[in-house]
Amino acid sequence: MTARWYGSERAEVAVARAGPPGLPRLLAGLGETGATMTLGDHHSVHGRLPAISGPQLIDLAERSGLRGRGGADFPTATKLRAVAGGRRGAIVIVNGSETEPASAKDRLLLTQLPHLVLDGAVLAARAVKARAVIVKIGGGASVVARALEGAIAARADEGVALEVIAGPEGYVTGEETAVVQYLARGTAKPTFVPPRPYERGLRGRPTLVQNPETLSQMALIARYGPEWFRELGSGADPGSALVTISGAVASPGVYELAFGTPMNDLLAAAGGPTERLQALLVGGYFGTWVKASRAGRLRLARQDLRSVGCALGSGVLIALGESACGLHESARVIAYLADQSAGQCGPCVHGLAAIADSVIALAEGIAHPREVERLLRWTSEVRGRGACHHPDGAVRFVESALDVFADELDSHQARRCTARPAGLPLGRDSVQAWR
Amino acid sequence: MSARLRVNPITCDAHGLCAELLPELIRLDDWGYPIIDQPEVPPELLALARRAADACPTLALLLEQRES
Repeated sequence: MTARWYGSERAEVAVARAGPPGLPRLLAGLGETGATMTLGDHHSVHGRLPAISGPQLIDLAERSGLRGRGGADFPTATKLRAVAGGRRGAIVIVNGSETEPASAKDRLLLTQLPHLVLDGAVLAARAVKARAVIVKIGGGASVVARALEGAIAARADEGVALEVIAGPEGYVTGEETAVVQYLARGTAKPTFVPPRPYERGLRGRPTLVQNPETLSQMALIARYGPEWFRELGSGADPGSALVTISGAVASPGVYELAFGTPMNDLLAAAGGPTERLQALLVGGYFGTWVKASRAGRLRLARQDLRSVGCALGSGVLIALGESACGLHESARVIAYLADQSAGQCGPCVHGLAAIADSVIALAEGIAHPREVERLLRWTSEVRGRGACHHPDGAVRFVESALDVFADELDSHQARRCTARPAGLPLGRDSVQAWR
Repeated sequence: MSARLRVNPITCDAHGLCAELLPELIRLDDWGYPIIDQPEVPPELLALARRAADACPTLALLLEQRES
């Protein structure tokens, strides 16, 4: 196929080869061994990075309908335009923090498919006229750092400085202002906004903070075009997504699926449930519970998920079997989230600690008769009163637990619980490490 | 001219002066931190809101004014 250029703004994609029909897309060419795909293999599978301009890339992103895959689901073209429109030279940060304990997709991309991510980062740098890209990765990630450094060394000079910087562990360290503050001052804690990084971020410059999966999708859209991207999914939910599925499924792991896929097909892709499910946690610890009976009627689509109070977020799904105790697991999670507060804002520090103690008391059957009433007052008061959205996510999680596991609350007050703990994953240590 | 009250939660140290000076708009939670249920400041309370913002020991209370 040949390229036709309609003008400097609207890009017709130079397609050297057709985009892969169906799936896999991002995960195409991935080996069984978990080895890093070399630059040569990357070019065999996807061809070389096309020479499209910044404005053309933004146009392609717009037409594809691509939205951020780091949790905020923000339209990518809008973000690129905002950063590109800044007065000072911009900086690109690849946010590879991935602090959701049950998420593994970004680590997979950075370690095994680094050239896909780096292609996207180079394209994004072109789009926002940045000359520096920082790939920020999470703590305990030397294997990721090595894979990235090796990949960077193998690439020809693309006129963009590429640097890898590892940060500490900690649930809130991946928040975009925490990433910027970490890189600027060594403290991975969120800052008060405005300004947001896109207007004034690292070194006072317009800063594009983008998830590795979003950049990887861009790397493919630049090659195969927005029409190819939209061959999967639907108008409102185009393309594919990486989902990390864990819990009561036979083959937990990272899967690439088309938007619009029914939830049951998603579970089947992960080997199917290992027992009857009672609930799904959609969106990780920043997400919400949904009863298995309702989840069974859902598809991986924004409208469907919104109708049950959920959002896909960073693509984390945890399946809870009937032999587990949803209340007990939720208590463990909220205790973790309270512990992971950056400790900067009173409502978060005190509010989440009190909320966690309350949920624990409910799980242990030692709660005050009006505990739930007080708990719901606290959740509604804490919401929106932190510098970042950590307390908002935490209270939303708790409220969904009280709703979905309402029957369990009654049993526990009567000192009855028939389940055994499912052991949802928590952060490696519950140690606060900000440096 | 419209005005909105906002708290910088990082700077706020729960001194509580704001709620004392402007109880019409600011109340304190169980731990002494301000809750602003309605951020829009009615014109008759603007002067008091300005005093409350100036009185905050950590300058955490922000009065953001805009030409409406």
